[in-house]
Amino acid sequence: MSLDEIKIGGMGASRRRVEDNRFIRGKGKYVDDVVLPGMLHMEILRSTVAHANIKSIDTSAAWEVPGVRLVLTGEMMAARNLAWMPTLSYDTQAVLATDKIRFQGQEIAAVIADDPYIAKDACAKIVVEYEQLPAITNPFMAQDPAMPIIRDDKENQPTNKIFDWEIGDKERTDQAFAEADVISTIDLHYPRSHPSPMENCGSIADYDRATGKLTVYMTSQAPHIVRAAVAMVAEIPEHQIRIISPDLGGGFGNKVPIYPGYVISILASILTERPVKWIEDKTGNLISTGFGRDVYLNGQMALRKDGKILGMRMHTISDHGAFYADAQPTKFKIGLMHSTFACYDVPAAHLTSEGYYTTKAPGGVAYRCSFRVTEAMFFQERMMHAAANDLGMDQAAFRRVNLVKDDMFPYRTAFGFLTDSGQYDKCMQVGMEAIGYDNFKAEQEEARKRGKLLGIGISTMTEPLGAGNSREYDIIGIKMFDSAELRVHMTGKAILRTGAKTQGQGHETTWAQIVAHELGIPADDIVVEEGDTDTAPFGMGTYASRSTPVAGAAVAMVARKIRAKARKIAAHLLEVSEEDIEWELGRFYVRGNQERGVTIQDCALAAYSNIPDGLEPGLENNAYYDPPNLTWPFAAYFCKVEVDAETGVWDVLQFVAVDDCGVRINPMIVEGQVMGGLTEAYAMANMQYITFDEEGNCIGANYMDYLLPTAWETPGFELHEVVTPCPHHPIGAKGIGECATVAGPAAFVNAVMNAIEHTGVRNVDMPLMPNRVYEALQTGKDVSGMPPVKVG
Amino acid sequence: MSSLYDVIPPAAGADVPVRRITVEVNGESRTMDVEPRLLLVHMLRQGLELTGTHSGCDTTSCGACTVLVDGRPVKSCTMFAVMADGKKVETVEGMGTASELHPVQEGFKQEHGLQCGFCTPGMMLASKALLERNPNPTEDEVRWALSGNLCRCTGYQNIVKSVLWAAEKMRNDQPQEA
Repeated sequence: MSLDEIKIGGMGASRRRVEDNRFIRGKGKYVDDVVLPGMLHMEILRSTVAHANIKSIDTSAAWEVPGVRLVLTGEMMAARNLAWMPTLSYDTQAVLATDKIRFQGQEIAAVIADDPYIAKDACAKIVVEYEQLPAITNPFMAQDPAMPIIRDDKENQPTNKIFDWEIGDKERTDQAFAEADVISTIDLHYPRSHPSPMENCGSIADYDRATGKLTVYMTSQAPHIVRAAVAMVAEIPEHQIRIISPDLGGGFGNKVPIYPGYVISILASILTERPVKWIEDKTGNLISTGFGRDVYLNGQMALRKDGKILGMRMHTISDHGAFYADAQPTKFKIGLMHSTFACYDVPAAHLTSEGYYTTKAPGGVAYRCSFRVTEAMFFQERMMHAAANDLGMDQAAFRRVNLVKDDMFPYRTAFGFLTDSGQYDKCMQVGMEAIGYDNFKAEQEEARKRGKLLGIGISTMTEPLGAGNSREYDIIGIKMFDSAELRVHMTGKAILRTGAKTQGQGHETTWAQIVAHELGIPADDIVVEEGDTDTAPFGMGTYASRSTPVAGAAVAMVARKIRAKARKIAAHLLEVSEEDIEWELGRFYVRGNQERGVTIQDCALAAYSNIPDGLEPGLENNAYYDPPNLTWPFAAYFCKVEVDAETGVWDVLQFVAVDDCGVRINPMIVEGQVMGGLTEAYAMANMQYITFDEEGNCIGANYMDYLLPTAWETPGFELHEVVTPCPHHPIGAKGIGECATVAGPAAFVNAVMNAIEHTGVRNVDMPLMPNRVYEALQTGKDVSGMPPVKVG
Repeated sequence: MSSLYDVIPPAAGADVPVRRITVEVNGESRTMDVEPRLLLVHMLRQGLELTGTHSGCDTTSCGACTVLVDGRPVKSCTMFAVMADGKKVETVEGMGTASELHPVQEGFKQEHGLQCGFCTPGMMLASKALLERNPNPTEDEVRWALSGNLCRCTGYQNIVKSVLWAAEKMRNDQPQEA
């Protein structure tokens, strides 16, 4: 009798989460919950201005505060060659400023004291004299020759430009435009946003002079990358560095980079020979750590009048802040922006990009997306919306004409990606039916008669998730594979460790389900551990929805290695040759005699007690998985809104999300990811953005200025699924954690635009706050997020 | 009720003024010498090692630090410890026992009402306070009651379901009147 896979918590079970057992009791262990004996506390003094030469830093009064142990400045860091550190994009970033301030919130000094209150008191006593320089708050100002060079620390940096980059076929694209019946254009700003996990960043560095070992508890989504970087920066041998990423209170890309605070706490521990804890406050997190987006997107599309897309051009101008610290694969300067239009059959495409330094916080992290894919897909769906309107075609019909058809896979996109599977049209049909698409026009007209403005918006996308393969994807030279190690104990229980790092995605629950699926060991018998570089196998961590596509695949592969060895043991126990052994979930049996068999647990016991001659004892193994391709989940979202013409406020009447992420390991968790992602999408469309005033002050430095949606504003979501297994992933799964954040914003914006575009408006830039929508309705003109461009 | 006498040494030395306070925390009376400026959240986390109460935003906006003071949800990052003198404070650690969970805790697990878990203690305490004054809330009433608590992971839909699940369980667990 084969086991019931759902009962043992295998694939497809909406298994309740293991990690919840501690979280609901308040027994999670986040970095700030860790207390080490003799621990000191560190506070960072941040710049109040955006751009200035430092004339002097006087720390003498801070040293006088009772309980202060150490005050660190850039000069002291420089003496140890630690004033600057490398970024994940081959640039450098100041750890503590030595020469100049380059953004508001930049780290200037650090106080280490017996108590966090004392450290804060002492920080306030440090006097910094600034010689102010003009703030440069957008890439257009950065191009102005009258503006100072922000990165005057670098050789060969005569302007504020970081890069020019291009991809695609210019000649073929020009040809497509020459043949077009209709050319559609759009100009968009995807505003700066902050991932803003509930938990801020922090670290506890503990250097033990006796053993030479450095242990750092750290809010990191990628602890192994940190270990490598610390080895390089701090010149401590890698085997003497242990990075522990305990429970993380969310990440969303914000906890991928390496921040100055981590480095300073390490040096502070080395100098004081005591553990040093640094816990950032919310303002520190919002004004200094990795933001997302901040890109100006210009697009043109060449169309045939029957609706066929002939080609597209895209130009991006991106704002990277003071240090180019994007966390993204080396090869691609503007992330995977060129994944735009990957779900549509576009014969020719060309993308050009330019990136600039500004006097804003560095970042450009993949905020809940696979390296700029959010911008790429938002652009795609706003472009599609504009093009359908320019053609006078129905939004759904225009998309269905151009979506890649099921029989076209594997499909090579114009930018060179290979998409491999999907049922795009089926997803469209499911969504259209659920939202009542065919009745909407009548509904809209009827509502107009009553003075109500209804709108419907569509957004679709396929997202490249699960970097790498290692041929194309690396971060600072480290190839983007991932890993799993499985140890099956003699009683049939097991421990699994991976190179990923959960931040709420529920790996402790779902990885055990993959093992249960492969081996028939009940999920409750498997403990999952991640985040400790001394025990976990080397991996690249969790971001860009890469855990299930890469580490999850490694889990399946290591379980298969274990099963292959268990088969040899089973043959020995059953006294038949290995060829005569059959497998069913959890059990080997003799071919032709299903009654005669042994369980996986029997094999585990024998691995330690009755091993056949010539076979190594034990039942442990590891797997390093280098995916052959990215995974390509698909989403089709439909949103219905009502706009209040008198206030510009809009409400979501219905939201239908159809997601195809391949095989679902735990449907409950998949749906949780989609709902969370949709809420962040709603936030970006509606309220959540970070802007700067003329002096470079960050507007959005706390939760009173940086608006995040609560339970009250957030609409309900209706979820549907289509399953197209990934052809190359061992269990057919595709990434899902970010699809909703990526595809969601355009659905909301397209819906609002649909409700108001009878006034002649083509675009209102995000966030669609009531004042912007109201202005558009009143004037019939576009409302742009473009800054006023100063010239000369 | 047990009575403990804790004196947390003021870190900065003898010249820092302290006040002696007595707070009932999760049913136990705790007496402490605290700096007048010590925030309640830090008294709980550092002083009493009750780290289930999280500090999120420092500005009363996110609700991760929500505890119940005399039964009412309060953001402990914006209350001084001395203001809790003589009051009853309940934290997540006091919601259930290791073996027996409060229905709200059960509901959050059952309905997948949490992901990273950082906002969860505050969410659960705000939910518990709601259900104590309104045992049969509507979805809108739940959303309104939790609108002082931010969550970045779940999108709230499952949090609302969790609270409604707990409400039903608590109503069913009520001894039926004869």
